[in-house]
Amino acid sequence: MNAVSRRKFLKIGAGTVVGAAASVGALHALQKSGALNALAGERVKGLRKVPTFCDMCFWKCGAIAYVRDGKLWKVEGNPDDPLSRGRLCPRGTGGVGAHYDPDRLRAPLLRKNLRGEEQWVEVTWDEALDYIAGKMKRIKAQYGAEAMALFSHGIGGTFLKHLIKAYGSPNVSAPSFAQCRGPRDVGFRLTFGEDVSSPERTDIRNAQCLVLIGSHLGENMHNTQVQEFAEAVENHASIIVVDPRFSVAASKAKFYLPIKPGTDLALLLAWMNVIVRENLYDKAYVEQYGFGFEPLAAEIASYSPEWAYPETGIEPKLIYETAREMARYKPATLVHPGRHVTWYGDDAQRSRAIALLNALLGSWGRKGGFYTPVSMDVPAYPYPPYPKSEKGKVDNPDHKYPFAHETITTGIREATLTGKPYPIKGWMIYATNLLHALPNEQETIRAIQNLDLMVVVDVIPSEIAGWADVVLPESVYLERHDDLNVEWFREPFIAIRQPAVESPHEQKPNWWMAKKLAERLDLGHYFPWATIEEYLEKRITSAGLDYQELNAKGILRGEQQPIYFDEGVTAEFPTPSGKIEFYSLQLAEAGFDPVPKYSRPPEPPAGYFRLLFGRAPVHSFSRTQSNPILMDMMDENSIWVNADVARRYGLKTGDRVRLKNQDGVVSNPINVHATERIRTDCVYMVHGFGHNSKTLKRAFGKGASDAQLITRYTTDPLMGGTGMNVNFVTFETEA
Amino acid sequence: MARLAMVIDTAKCVGCMDCVVACKTENNVPEGFNRDWIVQDVQGKFPTLHMEIRSERCNHCENPPCVTCCPTGASHVHEYGGVVLVDHDRCIGCKACVASCPYDARFIHPDGYADKCTFCIHRVEKGLEPACVAVCPTRCMYFGDLDDPHSTVRRLMKERKHHTLLPEGGTKPHVYYLT
Amino acid sequence: MNEIWNSRTNPMIDPTLHIWGWEIPVYLFLGGLVAGFMIISGYFTLKGHHRHSYFSSFYLPHLSLIFLSLGMFALFLDLEYKLHVWRLYTTFEITSPMSWGAWILVLVYPMLLLNTLVSIPEPFRNRIRVFDRFSDWINRHPYLIKNIGIWNMIVGAVLGMYTGVLLSGLAARPLWNNSMLWVLFLTSGLSSAAALVHLISTDKVERVASARADNAFLTFELLVLALFIVGMLSSARAQQEAVFLILSGPYAAVFWIFVVLLGIVIPLIIQLLAVNHKIRHTPVAPILVMAGGVILRFVIVYAGQYSHWAQPAMSF
Ligand SMILES: Nc1nc2c(c(=O)[nH]1)N[C@H]1C(S)=C(S)[C@@H](COP(=O)(O)OP(=O)(O)OC[C@H]3O[C@@H](n4cnc5c(=O)[nH]c(N)nc54)[C@H](O)[C@@H]3O)O[C@H]1N2
Ligand SMILES: Nc1nc2c(c(=O)[nH]1)N[C@H]1C(S)=C(S)[C@@H](COP(=O)(O)OP(=O)(O)OC[C@H]3O[C@@H](n4cnc5c(=O)[nH]c(N)nc54)[C@H](O)[C@@H]3O)O[C@H]1N2
Ligand code: SF4
Ligand code: SF4
Ligand code: SF4
Ligand code: SF4
Ligand code: SF4
Ligand SMILES: [Mo]
Repeated sequence: MNAVSRRKFLKIGAGTVVGAAASVGALHALQKSGALNALAGERVKGLRKVPTFCDMCFWKCGAIAYVRDGKLWKVEGNPDDPLSRGRLCPRGTGGVGAHYDPDRLRAPLLRKNLRGEEQWVEVTWDEALDYIAGKMKRIKAQYGAEAMALFSHGIGGTFLKHLIKAYGSPNVSAPSFAQCRGPRDVGFRLTFGEDVSSPERTDIRNAQCLVLIGSHLGENMHNTQVQEFAEAVENHASIIVVDPRFSVAASKAKFYLPIKPGTDLALLLAWMNVIVRENLYDKAYVEQYGFGFEPLAAEIASYSPEWAYPETGIEPKLIYETAREMARYKPATLVHPGRHVTWYGDDAQRSRAIALLNALLGSWGRKGGFYTPVSMDVPAYPYPPYPKSEKGKVDNPDHKYPFAHETITTGIREATLTGKPYPIKGWMIYATNLLHALPNEQETIRAIQNLDLMVVVDVIPSEIAGWADVVLPESVYLERHDDLNVEWFREPFIAIRQPAVESPHEQKPNWWMAKKLAERLDLGHYFPWATIEEYLEKRITSAGLDYQELNAKGILRGEQQPIYFDEGVTAEFPTPSGKIEFYSLQLAEAGFDPVPKYSRPPEPPAGYFRLLFGRAPVHSFSRTQSNPILMDMMDENSIWVNADVARRYGLKTGDRVRLKNQDGVVSNPINVHATERIRTDCVYMVHGFGHNSKTLKRAFGKGASDAQLITRYTTDPLMGGTGMNVNFVTFETEA
Repeated sequence: MARLAMVIDTAKCVGCMDCVVACKTENNVPEGFNRDWIVQDVQGKFPTLHMEIRSERCNHCENPPCVTCCPTGASHVHEYGGVVLVDHDRCIGCKACVASCPYDARFIHPDGYADKCTFCIHRVEKGLEPACVAVCPTRCMYFGDLDDPHSTVRRLMKERKHHTLLPEGGTKPHVYYLT
Repeated sequence: MNEIWNSRTNPMIDPTLHIWGWEIPVYLFLGGLVAGFMIISGYFTLKGHHRHSYFSSFYLPHLSLIFLSLGMFALFLDLEYKLHVWRLYTTFEITSPMSWGAWILVLVYPMLLLNTLVSIPEPFRNRIRVFDRFSDWINRHPYLIKNIGIWNMIVGAVLGMYTGVLLSGLAARPLWNNSMLWVLFLTSGLSSAAALVHLISTDKVERVASARADNAFLTFELLVLALFIVGMLSSARAQQEAVFLILSGPYAAVFWIFVVLLGIVIPLIIQLLAVNHKIRHTPVAPILVMAGGVILRFVIVYAGQYSHWAQPAMSF
């Protein structure tokens, strides 16, 4: 195909998505023929709309990229997409900035001096990949394939995961388990036999009573959740928010419970106590589906609101009132399971308590509670089977954490430090900034010192990239294909990610890196396809769907299906008893509380405050602080301090302080935000700021890093999650 | 004669700034400048607090001091919908309009002319909603013609309690906040 | 009080308005000064003073032409889009003080020019024929001279008022939104002008007269200031807050010391003593008065931008 006929496509394309996709198709034809490079000089006039899906976080909203005269203009939501319903969140809208970010990695980098000194030589892709392949072969020969671990977060990692498994290592992990939603999914599995999963199966839209325990929707911008939250507000759903901080969600609530940090389990037990004692629970549901209700009832009988009051600081009256409010709207009462729940180390049990409360209200499987997600049936690509690893996974030796059903990042880190149960000698890190994501960055750095090979695939010079031997620059999501998004949601659909614009420099997509590495590792047969389009087309056609149509629309939606028990979904609970386990024999056998028990969290030392952290709507973790558009919205974080506390310390909004934690670690200077919106025993900051990678020019030294202050963490005995809300800080004013 | 207005439901707005980002990309607002912005207005003492979150911008006032004070006629009221606009080619950058706006809604564009929210007239005249309205994930913004008795904005104004900013200023804003 | 947070951080706007630097105060001062000059020289012309002194009717208008042009240059420097400055003269915007100002200036120049032609001193004769002829012609019609005098006074007065109206028209800034501001700037212009005449006039009579006049103007200015402040204190919350900016707030020191004390009270005392022959006439008082005039414009322009109706947001 030649440039002329391409123009023709663009003519049709202008305005209509279909034509646009055709032109996209053409674009790849050109890429292959290399003709585009010839074209690159002159700008292509007119407007192209390229349907794809967002990667500014893991929600994967359907999006449409607008390309004007060959330059990326804006990104909007795809109206066909059930997740975004045509509206992206601020990060998705600001995704344009990821493409234009001047601090982006441009070419592969090879370490010059010591690890962490950020001294590099630019190399060609061949040099970089040869180096990595050479090291990986040596590691395999010396220590076995399992000595290579992959940390990978997000859909982009699919092909590298495939590579590492093909190479022979089962040690593939992401912080989304042990640093995020792991305890929640374990707590729910133990109760209902199933995960809450992502996107959460929460029917917020139809909830008549919505209980948010720390879930700060509106700051946490997981798009569908926020959109449905707004619908709940509009429908005058009764909203109950439990948070030590007067969050945005709290400002929408009918009841705000300013709980003492770390005591939620006490509140949950008290709520259950009232609901059971006053016979407010869904009897039919509990009798039909429940196992071990009696022992639960007996266990919680002592946890009265009066008992919970001194623990939580919540007036008994308010606990009674809110418990009855939940019961009034059952089963359309959704006690939100939260998402980032790795708080105090008792998180799986707290999450289980949330599951139990929902069970009592009969909300699981019911409208306004938890729906049963559905998905389209798209077969995986027919690859040859992976080699079997006889050593097994390294992260959880002899099931120390019996209920961990995913790989524990910090378990791999531990093994890398100790060499037990067997040594880890290579880390490949894809799209996860471990120095901001894992607690105690020093442990991570010490682990890195034991490595023979440390590869980081990133789009910007993140902190973790600074410690790599080889840094591979990836094309941002607007410049690449990725695997299909076959989503489990309210309705079945699949979405495709396709490039809207070319990468500005040497950046390459992850699938290309994985394939090229595989070839060098004599694993080429695991990548039987020539291009990713070939891979995608095969998967889609094998599902009986039309590749061109998907390219054109970006999204294909399946038949609506029943998602509630009442609509005919068969109620299945894949627990040992096949029922909802109010009392868990599994836990009892493993030596844990079969019904959650409360234990009091330690108090902050005098003059110290518990460090809490969360989200800002315009940023994603530590990944958006060099995005010119999003930094224009918010270019540093601040430390929230209760107004009276601030007065006591002679601090006012805008003052700059440093924070010192219980282990003497001192933060970057950070602005004080003196406010009524938080308790007096804790302080709060937005996660992801305080970058210290020098080449992140826009982000360097802006605000402070919570991760840096999280030197302590409490590990969840059930599943190895790392509770991080266990650090205390004080102010150092000479900043 | 149409009378375009924006009605924003503060009960639903979460202050996510998507409207600000969308304005940036849609209108190529230069880095460091914003045509719209978020205000969080907190009253009370912890834990009994009330917070109103507002997405603010030029109010396209019915009595726009920015227009009356303009010595060149660059600031003017658009013939359609009473939208207040600036004609870049007439603007001398004297900043009288900037000083005259009680909402500080205007700024001087790096290219030297006074700039501000245009109600996305370029979209509205194509039958589209303003970028900020179209992007809002909570769907808390409504845009339409107050003179049209069947418009959503008109209905909301009838059904819901609402207020404008600095009514005492006598500017008669046409951005309304539902409470 | 509410706890208000605002995401906006627009240059020159946030945390508080600061669009106008030194240019506008200087322009307002020179405008006021020239206004004063025109009234004084107009007055002397009207009184036929040109017959025994060239200063007020010839040198003063020339001086005015220079100062006015300097003032307009300062204004020009403040424009963000200088290439478009001519746009001011493609329209007359009846509601815009700034437009009025632009056109008033068009009247000021010819008026000053005419005044210079009332009497051309010997050394300057036979330079440009037309001027000489025109000057002779005027002198053959004395009523013209009176009219020139009167019109210089009128246009001068309008110019002086305008420098105040320019700001008081901007209702969004409570400190400016005050009906006394034009009177204040006009009197201040007069006092500065009289002070300068007193300082540099070649004519004894004019020097003494202007010193006496200056005392009157300064006394009146004190009164006007008092009314200005009382007026603000008895208005809306915003205006009260605004006036406290100069009474006790960040601009108080400058206001009380440089504007009131050194700019009005002290020179007034000195000049009272001087005109009553208690002490000799020195340049001290006039210089203080003019310095006070400049600083007054700076204080009003800066504090005015700082003043606001809405409660200011936390800035960080
Ligand atoms: N202290 C603290 N730790 C936390 C959390 C917290 O709130 N506070 N939150 C926890 C939670 S909930 C989670 S889910 C995790 C998230 O942890 P991570 O997933 O590690 O999130 P980020 O910190 O954003 O790191 C993402 C990295 O991927 C890079 N990246 C972005 N886009 C691309 C791309 O397209 N390709 C490639 N190759 N790289 C890309 C970014 O530059 C950045 O370096 O953190 C957990 N850890
Ligand atoms: N804009 C934006 N949105 C995001 C993300 C992002 O990076 N940016 N990340 C996404 C991801 S992966 C995740 S996991 C989620 C995380 O977001 P969420 O799961 O909603 O919230 P958390 O991060 O767990 O906790 C933050 C909130 O919990 C409160 N909190 C702290 N300690 C306690 C306590 O002891 N008890 C109670 N009841 N509340 C407490 C804090 O005050 C704060 O309001 O956000 C998602 N959404
Ligand atoms: S939630 Fe926001 S950032 Fe995440 S995928 Fe959707 S639009 Fe992108
Ligand atoms: S986008 Fe909507 S919800 Fe978000 S701040 Fe703007 S108006 Fe509020
Ligand atoms: S808000 Fe300000 S800029 Fe907009 S019309 Fe009113 S006065 Fe003019
Ligand atoms: S800055 Fe431009 S638009 Fe504003 S008043 Fe001056 S000329 Fe008019
Ligand atoms: S209407 Fe258009 S110009 Fe005005 S704020 Fe919204 S997006 Fe920006
Ligand atoms: Mo997460």
